[in-house]
Amino acid sequence: MATLEIKDLHAAVTTDEGSKEILKGVDLTVRSGEIHAIMGPNGSGKSTLSYAIAGHPKYEVTSGEVLLDGENVLDMSVDERARAGLFLAMQYPVEVPGVSMSNFLRSAATSVRGEAPKLRHWVKEVKDEMAKLDISSEFAERSVNEGFSGGEKKRHEILQLALLRPKFAILDETDSGLDVDALRVVSDGVNEYTANNDVGVMLITHYTRILKHIHPDFVHVFAGGRIVESGGKELADELEESGYVKYIEKAGTTAAV
Amino acid sequence: MTVTEENTANTAAAGEAVVPAVSRGERFSSYDVEAFEVPGGREENWRFTPMKRLRGLHNGSAPATGEIKVDADAAPEVRIETVGRDDERLGAAGTPSDRVAAQAYSSFTSATLVTVPKETKASKPTVVRLSGPGEGETAYGHVQVRAEAFAEAAIVLDHVGSGTYADNVEFVIGDGAQLTVVSVHDWADDAVHVSEQHLRLGRDAKLKHIVVTLGGDLVRVSPTATFAGPGGDVDMLGLYFADAGQHQEHRLFVDHAGPNCKSNVLYKGALQGDGAHGVWIGDVLIRAAAEGTETFELNRNLVLTEGARADSVPNLEIETGEIAGAGHASATGRFDDEQLFYLQSRGIEEEQARRLVVRGFFHEILMKIDIPEVRERLEAAIEAELQAIGV
Repeated sequence: MATLEIKDLHAAVTTDEGSKEILKGVDLTVRSGEIHAIMGPNGSGKSTLSYAIAGHPKYEVTSGEVLLDGENVLDMSVDERARAGLFLAMQYPVEVPGVSMSNFLRSAATSVRGEAPKLRHWVKEVKDEMAKLDISSEFAERSVNEGFSGGEKKRHEILQLALLRPKFAILDETDSGLDVDALRVVSDGVNEYTANNDVGVMLITHYTRILKHIHPDFVHVFAGGRIVESGGKELADELEESGYVKYIEKAGTTAAV
Repeated sequence: MTVTEENTANTAAAGEAVVPAVSRGERFSSYDVEAFEVPGGREENWRFTPMKRLRGLHNGSAPATGEIKVDADAAPEVRIETVGRDDERLGAAGTPSDRVAAQAYSSFTSATLVTVPKETKASKPTVVRLSGPGEGETAYGHVQVRAEAFAEAAIVLDHVGSGTYADNVEFVIGDGAQLTVVSVHDWADDAVHVSEQHLRLGRDAKLKHIVVTLGGDLVRVSPTATFAGPGGDVDMLGLYFADAGQHQEHRLFVDHAGPNCKSNVLYKGALQGDGAHGVWIGDVLIRAAAEGTETFELNRNLVLTEGARADSVPNLEIETGEIAGAGHASATGRFDDEQLFYLQSRGIEEEQARRLVVRGFFHEILMKIDIPEVRERLEAAIEAELQAIGV
């Protein structure tokens, strides 16, 4: 049983023009076994929340805390956060030319697990997980994300989720850009991981369609850089019906791009 | 015909826009050193080179005081000879095109000739080790590699040791021959080496010419490729890694004077430390008669630390529209924060993430070096370079 507590988190993005506050006091607690859907309009700061927790250099946390079992992850480097049990499935996975997927996965697993996985077991483990996600074995020798389609990149993010076995997973718009089949494969991958592991999930999304595959325990509406309403599944149904309009107004609208 | 062009020299000391005053094809060449004026450093050909560090190679004030030592580990099929200046085979691949090359041509006393006999496939790579004359000494040399018609071989020219050295290296590739050459410049810290390399490809010949520059105080390698008949295909690959204070300059020229030849240039460099300087010049000329030419050249530089500098200048001159394709690209960048963030977000420590990125950067070239011993040695050398600054 682990707990991820986000307390009054404020964060700003640094650009050439200066610093702009995006997160304006986010409070959220996620426990192992819970799935929290974070839903909000474009520009509401959902992705910033995920990057701020993961430690992206472009975002500066100006106040607040993110505690993983009481320890402030904001004091940790990006890689330390990952080793502590955080995982971010990115909306736009990055291409790393010349670094093979297999080398990357093994390096990551070695770091996160604290020792190199035994080669024989590892090969089988990777192969099995790839098969579940309908990833052809040839991808192992390709450069990380290079030339992958949107759907292929997302499958590989979920592959990493399965191999790195985090305590908390943030899935940032994992559903965007996926066709119906790919969405099902990716959702199945997430569901299998959550069913077999004691993990807490933050599922960040703009649309409700992924919630037909992955069933959240909690739904939060994110607007204007903070959570403006929380509820159960019924909140997602309401959003499906009437969209984000009233929340954008409520947030006093720095949102909506 | 397609002509593509990409971001030419962005960040980190972009070279000024260069409009050659005259076509690259007009450059003067001669075997006689006195036919060249002493360069002052402002000439197009010398403007990036720190002239003082040439130790007089360019102005006649550096008489030979020593010799280059040549050791060869040759494939049994390959013949190695030491010949005098008067050997009539010498000079077949090209004429010196700058004063230092002409000085070397006027000054060498004996030349090393490596011959792969016709219709012979060498059973293993031939390694010719060229050791510098020693610290404070100057030497001039000459090497010719001859692949006779339909020969196939891999040759490594391994430059090591100390001193000041200028030479011409010729590659005479016969009709239908296939040759891979790797010129490794793994000099000691004090060494200065200026090398003009002349690549002459016969009809349907294939040459993979790889330059690897790691060591030395100043290394300037100028490979020029020319085609003696149609169907020639040259790959010119380069990998360089400059540390603090090192000047590594590669000046390429591909002269497409006849029809239906191919050239592909790919050079990649990493630079780290104060005063590390990489210079890459890529001149490609497609003359009016060179119909059906296919050419592409690419240079990428990765600047790893503050204080390092890369200049990259591609020039493409096209005198006929009847070509298969021509393009060039050049870019200089620093570590990509997004790549590092992605790797670190998977638990990989920053230092290891940086290494992965640099190894990945060079991977494309290393994979094309199909001599395992050389590739492994280079991989190890790159690791050592990275270790040195704790990247």
